[in-house]
Amino acid sequence: MHAAMEIPYVSTPRPDTGLYNAKIGIWLFLASEVMLFGGLFSAYILLRVGAPDGTWPEGWLNIPVGTTNTVVLITSSITTVMAWASCKMKQFGRFKLFHGLTLLLAMTFVGIKSYEYHDKFTHYEAKLNDQLVLADGKTVFGNLVANTNGVVLFSVSTGQPGEYEATPAKYAQAQVAKIVPGQIVDGHLVERAADHITLSGHTVAEHAELMNMRSAAARHIQHSEITLVPAQLRSIETYGPWHNTYLAIYFTLTGLHALHVLGGALVIGYLWGPGSKLWQTDPERFTNRVEISGLFWHFVDLVWIFLFPVLYLL
Amino acid sequence: MATSEAHEHDIQASVRRYLYVFYALLFGTGVTVAASYIPFGNHEINIAVALAIAIAKASLVAGFFMHLISERKMIYGFLLFTVVFVAALMALTVISTGPTEMIHVQHVS
Amino acid sequence: MQAIAEIDPLAAPHARPHGAARETHDGAGTFWRKYVFSTDHKVIGIQYAITGLCFLFFGFLLMTMMRWQIAKPGEPIPIFGPLLQAVLGDTAAKGIMSPDLYNSFGAMHGTIMVFLAIVPLAFGAFANLIVPLQIGAPDMAFPRVNMASYQAYFVGGVIMLASFIIPGGAAQAGWTSYPPLATVVATDGQTYWIIGMVFLITSSLLGAVNVIATVIQLRAPGLHWFRLPFFVWAQFVTAFLLLLAFPPLESAAVMQLMDKVAHTSFFLPAGLAVAGPDGHVSGGGNPLLWQHLFWFLAHPEVYVLILPAMGIVCEIVANNTRKPVWGYKSLVYALLILGFLSFIVWAHHMYLTGMGTKISTFFQTTTIIISIPSVIILTCLFLSLWGGSIRFNTPMLFALGFLPMFGIGGLTGLPLGFATSDIHLHDTYYVIGHFHYVVAPGTIFALFAGIYYWFPKFTGRMMNEFWGKVHFWLSLIFMNLIFQPMLFQGMAGMLRRMADGGANYSAARVPDAVGGLSNYIMQMNTMISYAVWMLGLAQVPFILNFFYSMWKGPKAPSDNPWQATTLEWQTPTPPPHGNFLTAPAVFRGPYEYSVPGHAQDFTPQNQPDRPATT
Repeated sequence: MHAAMEIPYVSTPRPDTGLYNAKIGIWLFLASEVMLFGGLFSAYILLRVGAPDGTWPEGWLNIPVGTTNTVVLITSSITTVMAWASCKMKQFGRFKLFHGLTLLLAMTFVGIKSYEYHDKFTHYEAKLNDQLVLADGKTVFGNLVANTNGVVLFSVSTGQPGEYEATPAKYAQAQVAKIVPGQIVDGHLVERAADHITLSGHTVAEHAELMNMRSAAARHIQHSEITLVPAQLRSIETYGPWHNTYLAIYFTLTGLHALHVLGGALVIGYLWGPGSKLWQTDPERFTNRVEISGLFWHFVDLVWIFLFPVLYLL
Repeated sequence: MATSEAHEHDIQASVRRYLYVFYALLFGTGVTVAASYIPFGNHEINIAVALAIAIAKASLVAGFFMHLISERKMIYGFLLFTVVFVAALMALTVISTGPTEMIHVQHVS
Repeated sequence: MQAIAEIDPLAAPHARPHGAARETHDGAGTFWRKYVFSTDHKVIGIQYAITGLCFLFFGFLLMTMMRWQIAKPGEPIPIFGPLLQAVLGDTAAKGIMSPDLYNSFGAMHGTIMVFLAIVPLAFGAFANLIVPLQIGAPDMAFPRVNMASYQAYFVGGVIMLASFIIPGGAAQAGWTSYPPLATVVATDGQTYWIIGMVFLITSSLLGAVNVIATVIQLRAPGLHWFRLPFFVWAQFVTAFLLLLAFPPLESAAVMQLMDKVAHTSFFLPAGLAVAGPDGHVSGGGNPLLWQHLFWFLAHPEVYVLILPAMGIVCEIVANNTRKPVWGYKSLVYALLILGFLSFIVWAHHMYLTGMGTKISTFFQTTTIIISIPSVIILTCLFLSLWGGSIRFNTPMLFALGFLPMFGIGGLTGLPLGFATSDIHLHDTYYVIGHFHYVVAPGTIFALFAGIYYWFPKFTGRMMNEFWGKVHFWLSLIFMNLIFQPMLFQGMAGMLRRMADGGANYSAARVPDAVGGLSNYIMQMNTMISYAVWMLGLAQVPFILNFFYSMWKGPKAPSDNPWQATTLEWQTPTPPPHGNFLTAPAVFRGPYEYSVPGHAQDFTPQNQPDRPATT
């Protein structure tokens, strides 16, 4: 009986190509990953180029935090490459040490990223209703419809955000002491209950004023606690992906990247833990596996090198 | 074929190189952040500077950590095509959805 | 025969009982390990083939029902009508197809045929079954990745099927899923579609990595690049198209998913009025972005559909003309250029979007240039027939049918490649006629040819020739009766995707309508529909022949019943686990038929150079 043919070049390079199978496999996979992120970067460019002047946000992300995460990922890259070099030098203990560090750094990265996401999901932009201060001292919230011929037409809030009574109320000019146009409160959540919401932030007149958070003016913003009742609100929305296209692409790109980090960490964790048994029986193949997973990890780092300036700094 | 001792020596030399690359990457990160605070007068210059540094950093990672610098020709082949197609995707997509001359309306009196 | 027997003792006819070797090597194999969670490329190939054929049948079934609605709008569908009502409810009340259901079926017909039937058959099944054998490899380079590739495809298929029975039904925005329509249409079917596509894309990606790595690494000694059979080249280039063109669609799918579930506005412009409870959109998005990313995949996808078909046809033509293919190197270079150019022609699907005349000119130019390598390939295959002593068996008939049918498909594409003429023809039945000529009597004929040709390798039995020929001639006639009139309808201005087949645009309904459709054009609807149902009947001989021959067909006279030169015929039948019992070596090119001075009219690739023994 003949022995069945085995699949060749699993761990030794094929002479004419100089590569073992998995090396080709991972580079092909990375090529497709380049196309995947390429598609998303194209989307980024298109959305940004197409955005009308002054509508693309600047400085919405925390630069020190982002820089820290960049350093974390770069450091994890060096520990990864050292882990592979340790295998090459037959120092299994050092491999364990370095890849243990890689895992810790990967988790640190994900932790910091979650903190940043949490920050966005608790950041509110509340658009306020117009405010009518009547001569008798009462205040009414709603939409100013018209103010002509001595008559003020005002559609009054039902007490729910963005909901108004079907027919606008009419006030004679004499009844009205003051009309305060709706402003915007922008800040982080302090407390939320059924009858009020408290934000720590500031008030602006126009949405456009929130766009550039790296301007000189933005540095002098004073934060204070502002409590709002539902009747005051025209709309309220967190800084989630639905908020605008910048946050949409931010969450999509970093979310997909974070999935890659988790996937890479899973593979590295396997090689560090149960998968490391292969070292005893086939160290060469094990070293190749470390190299292949390392190539993926460096790619994840490489993507972040572009994401960081594009999303945080520009 | 190198002896295993020489091989070990090679690895130790590369380890030193990896550390230099690591320092360079940290330095590059610092420069990018610093550069983003400098008003070059035109925001497009800031973009160009940041992207240039990012490309340099990415090249270091790909070249040394992913040891592309000593990789086989076939891998270069794959990547060359990939880069060409990504560039085509980005460039043609952006050009063809930018302003076009077709939207001008002729006012005839 | 003697010469072969000396080199490869296994070439002797039926030296071993079926499956003996597989059982030995897959010793621990239970039923599940052997047939369901197998890592053997042949089992995975057959899994792909069977699943793909089922989806092909299902996609066709959707179309038979849609053709009823087109031919007799508003009348209850016979036979299937009550079934539709029972399964889908009000959308098929009284067995009548509602416009929404028509839209669903249309979208899913396209999706199923392209992503779940043809690609899995042409690439998943044929590349898996044939490529490792033709290059003398024991298996694919990554057997477990291969298994995962099939499983991802299977899950994607199940998700697509499940979308039919959810409330609101399957996706309705066409296989192209253009937003804003795809985003705002009130069914979760679109979300299912996107998630299903992500699985299918993953499957293609894993398959592509595997095929490329296998061809590069596992070629037998002596099988250098210009000794590869053209089929292997075709699959190799196809794999690159899948590898690099699919990911941008995946990124687009992720963004559309975000638009659907996270209410982002990647593809929704500002000021868009959206119905429904979640009316709020932030705007600022760009609907054209989807079209770019979609067609960046979907144009190379056309070549994914056609290149494996060309590979199959080339093998069969060489084998049955008993002479080398004409211009092997031209074929290979044309193929490589075709693959490259296919990445930079995509926006010829978008001439009507107003993307600008300059960019239209660029894409028009590349589009017309890409017809050159296509013509080179077709011409080489036609010239290969010259002076051959052709054997007109069933696989050869299908391969010969492919050539003019693909020719018609290609030539009718030229008016669509020019921006000016495309403005008239865009979104009409002309487009449908054009691409179906490429894919249906083109690719599907080549797939049939491949099935008839390689059937004996995997079953050890031959398919029936008579019923094969009946299958071929009937299919050829009905395919043309279906798609030829569509070209005329389209030129007359009949739009595609109309749930009533254009009844509301006809001159009969609106007598003085500008551009109204004449009775003559409208009556073609009925004729086409009858042809579709007859085409369905014409597949019965194939289905019966396929299953009957699998168990009861005449035994193949040898391991190499077609007397072919390529390596897949130099294994036992069916090939055991590991394929070759001794590693083969290759000494010559792929198509050494009728070499002067040789004892027989074919010289297998693994036969060493030496004086022929007689």
